[in-house]
Amino acid sequence: MSGSTRMAYDGIVVCAPITVPYRRYSANSAHWWIGRALQALTKRSGLRLNELDGLSISSFTVAPDTAIGLTQHFGLSPRWLDHVPFGGASAIVALRRAARAVQTGDAEFVACVAGDTNHVDSFRKTLSTFSRFAQDAVYPYGSGGANASFALIAKNYMNTYGVRREDFGKICVAQRDNAMAVPHALMKKRLTLSDYMAARAISDPIHLFDCVMPCAGAEAFLVCGEAAARSLALKGVHLLSTIERHNAFPEDAIQVRGGWAVDAGELWSMAGVGPQDVDFVETYDDYPVIIMMQLEDLGFCRKGEAAEFVRAHTLTNEGSFPHNTCGGQLSVGQAGAAGGYLGLVEAIRQLTDAPLGTQVAEARIGLVSGFGMINYDRGLASGAAILARAA
Amino acid sequence: MTEPLAPPRRKNPLKKTRLPLIPQGARSRTAHGLTMAAAEGRFALQRCSDCGMAVYPPRDACPVCLSPRLPYQEADARGVLVAETTVRVSTDPYFRERMPWRVGTVKLDAGPVLVAHLHGDLREGERARLELKLDKSGAPVVLALPDKDTPHMQDDAQLREMTCEPTFRRVLITDGCTPVGQAMARAFSEIGSSIVFVGVAKAWKPFAGMDALRAVERVEIVPFDITDTESVTEQAEQNGGRIDIIVNTAEHTRAGGIIERRGIGVAREEMDVRYFGLMRLAQAFGPAMKFRGADGVNSAAAIVNLLSVYALMNWPLYGAYSAAEAACLSATHSLRAELRPGGVRMVNVFFGPLETEWFQAVPPPKVAPKALARAVIDALKRGLEDVFVGDVAEDVRARLSVNPKALERELAG
Repeated sequence: MSGSTRMAYDGIVVCAPITVPYRRYSANSAHWWIGRALQALTKRSGLRLNELDGLSISSFTVAPDTAIGLTQHFGLSPRWLDHVPFGGASAIVALRRAARAVQTGDAEFVACVAGDTNHVDSFRKTLSTFSRFAQDAVYPYGSGGANASFALIAKNYMNTYGVRREDFGKICVAQRDNAMAVPHALMKKRLTLSDYMAARAISDPIHLFDCVMPCAGAEAFLVCGEAAARSLALKGVHLLSTIERHNAFPEDAIQVRGGWAVDAGELWSMAGVGPQDVDFVETYDDYPVIIMMQLEDLGFCRKGEAAEFVRAHTLTNEGSFPHNTCGGQLSVGQAGAAGGYLGLVEAIRQLTDAPLGTQVAEARIGLVSGFGMINYDRGLASGAAILARAA
Repeated sequence: MTEPLAPPRRKNPLKKTRLPLIPQGARSRTAHGLTMAAAEGRFALQRCSDCGMAVYPPRDACPVCLSPRLPYQEADARGVLVAETTVRVSTDPYFRERMPWRVGTVKLDAGPVLVAHLHGDLREGERARLELKLDKSGAPVVLALPDKDTPHMQDDAQLREMTCEPTFRRVLITDGCTPVGQAMARAFSEIGSSIVFVGVAKAWKPFAGMDALRAVERVEIVPFDITDTESVTEQAEQNGGRIDIIVNTAEHTRAGGIIERRGIGVAREEMDVRYFGLMRLAQAFGPAMKFRGADGVNSAAAIVNLLSVYALMNWPLYGAYSAAEAACLSATHSLRAELRPGGVRMVNVFFGPLETEWFQAVPPPKVAPKALARAVIDALKRGLEDVFVGDVAEDVRARLSVNPKALERELAG
């Protein structure tokens, strides 16, 4: 029974998980990658372009265009259009909005797409112009990018809660195990804890295998009504609940928690399930320290106890706590904003028995969490969704 | 513990001179409030006029009450270094060749949290004091230093990227015939500059203080006439490749306004010394200095230009003089932009009436040449860009920021 006053997402399904296989560098534009994802989505669904009446776009490298320019670029004429440039929280935010649009009848089929290219110099350019605060108050300080910002957060978290690098390492090693069966994962060399510990320092305490590999790629999914999905012969998953929060806890001198800590209660009560009911979890894994915060703030353990939780569990797809079941960005790569889509697209696959890698046995309920946008010293955007296998 | 700087070894002429790079200097318009404070060596943050909240990074609305009234004000610079990291991989070419580089998160007692460059003697968890500095791009950055001074702390590698430390550097003082030039030579010698070249326009003509100047350690008197292009160029050809700091002490001070003077002869001389003189200096020495902005411990660091504070607002008692100073000031702004890509700083040192013959009839307070020299050394050590020396200069600067029109009327007497 739902204990939330929010309207349930009855009759809405999420379907047609699409991944355009990643590449380390690409000479193509973000438009090319997004176009490939849209093409795959229309092929999978059988929808004609003029039947796609809703579009949501997430990208860092599509400038000077935004979603509106892409409608003309792709020959679409949607009646519902959204641009969600929220990095690692993009998929959750896009999903929430798309689900409500379909529910209210503002759109029938919403294609949610995230894609980014990675030219040889685009990562540096993205970093140096990421935000006004980054330009004024972060990038001029060593220009270490997200590695340096998360290093400060990780260092403080380790100091505060007595966390060791080995604890982070266990997460990364398990994700690599999960990635071994994923064909397009960019990092598919088996990783051991001693490899992890011996890796070179990037920005202490962040070492090589704590970092995602920037790459080019695209991810997409379709949101529509249950009957519509059935008519297209698409397997869909149900949306039990979602949360979203930005710039939570500005009073914390340094980030030790995210917006999930504000809204987790509602996430569970709206879904009518608890952490013990979840069969797998897809966290946003741009640095293991953020994974630990998600485990705590989403209620899998108490604040400061994530390291202990990680020590007590096996995090592979066959283990006691299947986590980042396709290997996450740490193994597959981070295709810009598509990195925020990776977990959600993988969750749809797990709940429709179509994983790219290995299937989690009896996967019925999955939790997906998003996090993004280091505007200054901390990630601002957070969100989560609970998805369930259709009966 | 900061390792004390060792005297630089003689340069290997076969080795490639490393090209100067600069970090990204783009800032929002609002953030240039920090540029102003850093240029003058003050620590200032935005503070909300309505709710009193101290704010960082620079904003256009208060994050507590949304007030747009966020002036920069002097702020308490003390806090704690909460977390630090050593960046070992950077996407920026400037930092890439300076790895590893330490940065950290500092929580100020006054509230805001700042990402800062770290002095080598500051450790995680310790009390810190912050300073605003200009980096090699001329943009403002925050540097966290240990709460209390440590031995040789000025020799810290990261700090030195933001200062123009005169020790072990080679200096040219453009005019040694004046009391100011001579005080300057003494000050640089005392601080440990390796050579102090002192320009003298007419070698055959004795001048007051000549013998004492010759006796100053590491001073080398060189022929140099700033009004003679050939003389300036010749000196640049002789020593331009090894001059790291230039202090332009050339002056031409005559009392009087414009109407009472007959003709423009004196004005032309003033312009020749001050405006065209700076131009000759910059054209002759600028290219080599710009090329040597990252040339090790004794890289080219700064051109210091001494300016009357009346460059900023005309003082009719010295009306024509003020106008020439204003022309010279304007030229420094162009030079500043031109020197920046080479990592060389243009330092303007503004002074009020000096304790010299040419200000004989002016009542005190006046600036002693020695005080001016001290201020120049201090500006270089701290990496400042705009310096105001003495009570009159500070007074003019303060009044200018409040009401330039009032200052104009009041200077007219």
